[in-house]
Amino acid sequence: MNTNKLLDLLRQNARLSDAELAAMLGESEDAVAKELKRLEDDGIIMGYSAIINEEKVDENGVTAIIELKITPVKDCGFDDLAHTIMEYEEVDSVFLLSGANDLSVTINGASLRNVALFVSERLAVLDGVLSTTTHFILRRYKEKGHIFNEDNFDDRGLVSP
Amino acid sequence: MDYDKLIPQKIRDIQPSGIRKFFDIAQHVEGVISLSVGEPDFKTPWAARKEAINILEKGKTAYTANSGLIKLRRTVCDYLKGFIHTEYDPESEVIITVGGSEAIDLAIRALIEPGDEVLVPEPSFVCYSPITAMMGGTAVPIVTRAEDKFKLTAAALKEKITPRTKLLILPYPNNPTGAVMRRADLEAIAEVLRDTNIVVASDEIYAEMTYNGEKHVSIAEMDGMRERTLLISGFSKAYAMTGWRLGYVAGPQPLIKQMLKLHQYCIMSSPTVSQYAAIAAIKKCDDDVKHMIEEYDMRRRLVVKGFNDMGLECFEPEGAFYVFPCIKSTGMTSEEFCEKLIYEKKVAVVPGSAFGASGEGFVRVSYAYSVSHLTTALGRIREFLEEHKNC
Repeated sequence: MNTNKLLDLLRQNARLSDAELAAMLGESEDAVAKELKRLEDDGIIMGYSAIINEEKVDENGVTAIIELKITPVKDCGFDDLAHTIMEYEEVDSVFLLSGANDLSVTINGASLRNVALFVSERLAVLDGVLSTTTHFILRRYKEKGHIFNEDNFDDRGLVSP
Repeated sequence: MDYDKLIPQKIRDIQPSGIRKFFDIAQHVEGVISLSVGEPDFKTPWAARKEAINILEKGKTAYTANSGLIKLRRTVCDYLKGFIHTEYDPESEVIITVGGSEAIDLAIRALIEPGDEVLVPEPSFVCYSPITAMMGGTAVPIVTRAEDKFKLTAAALKEKITPRTKLLILPYPNNPTGAVMRRADLEAIAEVLRDTNIVVASDEIYAEMTYNGEKHVSIAEMDGMRERTLLISGFSKAYAMTGWRLGYVAGPQPLIKQMLKLHQYCIMSSPTVSQYAAIAAIKKCDDDVKHMIEEYDMRRRLVVKGFNDMGLECFEPEGAFYVFPCIKSTGMTSEEFCEKLIYEKKVAVVPGSAFGASGEGFVRVSYAYSVSHLTTALGRIREFLEEHKNC
């Protein structure tokens, strides 16, 4: 079983059926189901989610990327604070970064005000947070390989030799 | 002006391509998703594009030698030596052409005069017969059949050879069927041709796209065939370079010499920037090609399974990037099927009849699309079939 190919296919489209995956990989449906279960059990596949054009769901909804500078703690570095932040339900993702900032936190909120309040009342006040910089996403162009555009990007004709 | 009087009858008699006709329908239906494109969905590999940019920056914008840059001809000859184990002299046995299309045109124009017959296995690409007709020759179709996996058989070939036969077109891997000719199949054809004076124009533009393990084999490799074969290929499909318009023809010097005159007066030399990019394509893009082929292969299996599951019998194509499912079970003709499918479900596929009469009862489906695009389109075709089940 070519596990890398299987994962690649799922990255592009997690709704492919086991039968379709099996056909593409030249494996049996059983073998694919087994491998998927193993990948899930081993915590390699953590879940399956849709890529949603949020602007079309809720015009006022906002997504913000908040970069934090924090003070590392002896023995556990940035982990403690990252754990605290990831427990917040509002938080979508938390990454440790190299470079000028330390943590990148993504938040989906109902409004700008909502997110701003969350940052000032919940994040900025945490012990060890030195500074926060909030970036609101104004437009999505591409996410996880999917281009967010009404126009067809295929510049080939509809029919050709 | 009486334009009709100006245009010779044989030009007026040429029919526009059946693919073209279908394109006009597709264009007027909004929101169509297409499975009809005969070109890769990949971009040209970056190394080739980068080389083109370099060359433009350096200002290399002049004509090249008529037959193409010597460096490219050498590169093509090295490639052919490795790929099909056949040696050509870069000085006198290769012409770099404007796509494989020009090479086909040169081959037919250099060889055919009124009264000559050109054998054309069908279904196949659409240009062979019109060019033959323009030269006053007669295109003689050889029907290939699904039960033979759309291969050309020695028996079918023998049956159509006459004293007037001058040229056999050998379009494999095949557009639109996806059929390939394996070594044993070619050996049988070679056996028929060896003692004749018939030339083979072997259109191998899809040669890199051969699946199920075995690599492409050329008829030029068979004993005694190099001297009677014009090998036609190019960069469009394998390197996703359709818009660069670059191909080549390799063959015995006495034929190439004559073809070069036609090329010289008609084209002068192929696009210079494209030629430099093509050198980079052959030398630096093996991994890109490998990646593209693996992608096509996965999609191929997905689409073949899709059609078979929905009850449209589909032989397993082993080359190019098309499948050719049989739609006879629907009771519709190819054109009816395609027109209804486009109006009712907004999916564009090409009627098999556009590729010769023997393509009737089939449709050509391209899988040069993303997996998600393919699954969406297959889903719509499935709905279409269910809605027409009881008609």
